[in-house]
Formats: sequence, C-alpha cells, structure tokens
Amino acid sequence: MVRRAFSLLLILALAGIFFSILKGWTPMTELSGVARDYVANEKEQLGAMNLVTAIVVTYRGLDTLGEVTVLFLAASGVAVLLRRKRDEAAATVKIKRAASEIVTTGASLLSPFIVMFGAYIFLNGHLSPGGGFQGGAVIASAVLLLFLAHPDYKLKHAVLNIIESFSGFAYVLVGLLGLFLAGGFLDNRFLPLGHFGSLLSAGAIPVIYVLIGLKVGTELATILENMKGRAL
Amino acid sequence: MILGVALVLIGFWGLISRKNMIKMILGLAIAETGLQLIMVTIGYIDGRTAPILDGAVNTLLAVRQVVDPVPQALVLTAIVIGVAVNALMLTFVIRLYQKKQSLNISDYKDLKW
Repeated sequence: MVRRAFSLLLILALAGIFFSILKGWTPMTELSGVARDYVANEKEQLGAMNLVTAIVVTYRGLDTLGEVTVLFLAASGVAVLLRRKRDEAAATVKIKRAASEIVTTGASLLSPFIVMFGAYIFLNGHLSPGGGFQGGAVIASAVLLLFLAHPDYKLKHAVLNIIESFSGFAYVLVGLLGLFLAGGFLDNRFLPLGHFGSLLSAGAIPVIYVLIGLKVGTELATILENMKGRAL
Repeated sequence: MILGVALVLIGFWGLISRKNMIKMILGLAIAETGLQLIMVTIGYIDGRTAPILDGAVNTLLAVRQVVDPVPQALVLTAIVIGVAVNALMLTFVIRLYQKKQSLNISDYKDLKW
C-alpha cells in the first residue's frame, strides 16, 4: 500500500513537471533557424525531395552512422546472450506443431512481395516517405512471416553476415568518399545530383539508404531468429 | 501533445507498479511512444504539409508550406534506438527466465543488499 502510494506520488510529480514545462508552450508558427535553412537550401545543396531523408542521411549523417552502430551492437548483444551451447542444441529440439496450410500458403505467396515492397521503400527513400530503416523493418517482417509459417526454417548465416558486414563497411566507405571527393564526411555530392525528383538523383543518398536498408533488414532478421531459437 | 504526455505517464506508471518484467518493458515502450509523439508535435505547424518537396509544395515557398523536418528526423532515430533497446531488454528477460523460471522482478535480489 505504501509502495503504491509512493509510486502514485512519483507519477504525480512527473505530471507536475510536464505541466510546468507545457504551461508556457505555444505551437510553432514559423520554422526556426536551422530548419528554415535546411528547407530553403536543401534543393540546391543536396537535391533530395524528402527533406527528412536529407537531414537523416546527410546533414545529420554522423548521427545515423551512430544509430546504425547502436542497432548493430544490440543485434550482437542479442546474439551473444541467446547463443546456443553445443550440447544444448541437441537437447532443445522438440517436435513443434506445424503451421496450418493457410498460413504456409499465404506466407510463401506473400513473402516475396513483402521483400519487394521493402526494397521499394528504401530505394525511394529520397523521394517519398520511407527509407532504409523502414524498408529494412519491412524485409524483416517477411522473415518473421516465414518463421511463423515454417517453425524449422533456418536462415543462411554466412550469407546474412556477408551482406551485413559488406553494407556496414560500404556505408563508411561512402562516407569517406564524401570526405575526399566532396565537402566532408558523408557528403552526398561526389555523385552527380541528377534530375530533381527522379530515382537516380540526390547524389549518394539512395546508395547510402540501400546499404542501410540491407544492414537493418539482415540485423533485424538475425535478432528475430535468435529470439525464435531460444524462446521455446 | 496531451495524448503524448498521458502516454508517458501511463508508461512510467506501468514501469513502477508492475512486477512482471515483460509488462515493465511494455510500460517503457508506451512511454517511449508518448515521448516520440511529443517530439513530433513540437515540430508541427498548423495548416502545413509534410516536408517532402513534391507537387503539393511550391519549392520557392517551401519555407512557408512545410512543417519542421528536424524533429521528425530525430524521432526516426529515436524509434530505431527504441527497437534496439526493447530487443535487448527482452533478451535479458529470456535469459533471466531460463535461469530462475520466473518473470517476477522481486525474485531477482542478487544486486540488492
């Protein structure tokens, strides 16, 4: 009871803090400083239609590199913690109930299209809402569907690891190319900006987003497989 | 904005008052969603459109037509980090459960004195 009252008090204090912060808050009516600069000059500087993408990949590219690193660390952490020991692997093999025919048929019918949709999302990241992270998550959802339909489904780890390491390495390499050939680390302008609004435009932004999409997709797929393998 | 604050408060309430570790993680995830909602709301400007320079936006007048893209980019980062953190926390829970066959946080007193 005391515990409950105490936690209620804590929440009320938090609500009070929020209230005092929000009391003086008025909705924005104009873009402020740096945002106005981004919106006004982005078309000439980077040539990407999607401003959020331009900010994520180029203006704040270093942030995104760090973000990819965090995701990689989390995936490695999951893999280390859920690693099967050799003697355990044989012991935990149980007979699992197979998925129903509707699920298996639906999964085999839909998963190629889901992967294609994910690829579409990260290829068009600089033109429309979407991008590498979202596309990668969509691809991982196709993998999840396959796991649901076929409980014994095994991913090819060698292929996944190669794709993941290659795309992480190539991401940094593209950043370094920007450093040497253009204005700075992760600058996208060492490739021609192209025609504004076409698929092959905005310099290196599509390249970077494809790499991020592949990396995120493989990482999330590996996390899913590790969790599936252990949580029996 | 109010919805975001409410979500944050509900999430932290769940984090504090629940004993089941999975429910605590869910509480944290709810609080996270609330924070992201608050951040997007801060960048929202009434009557403007998404920061994508397509047919709906005149590129010369874009500064007056789109909402603030910076908080949206930050929220994108926050969502990805949130996914990573949640995955790692659930992994810890799986490992702990395998050790003691219990999801109750009160059963883990090894770090208490």
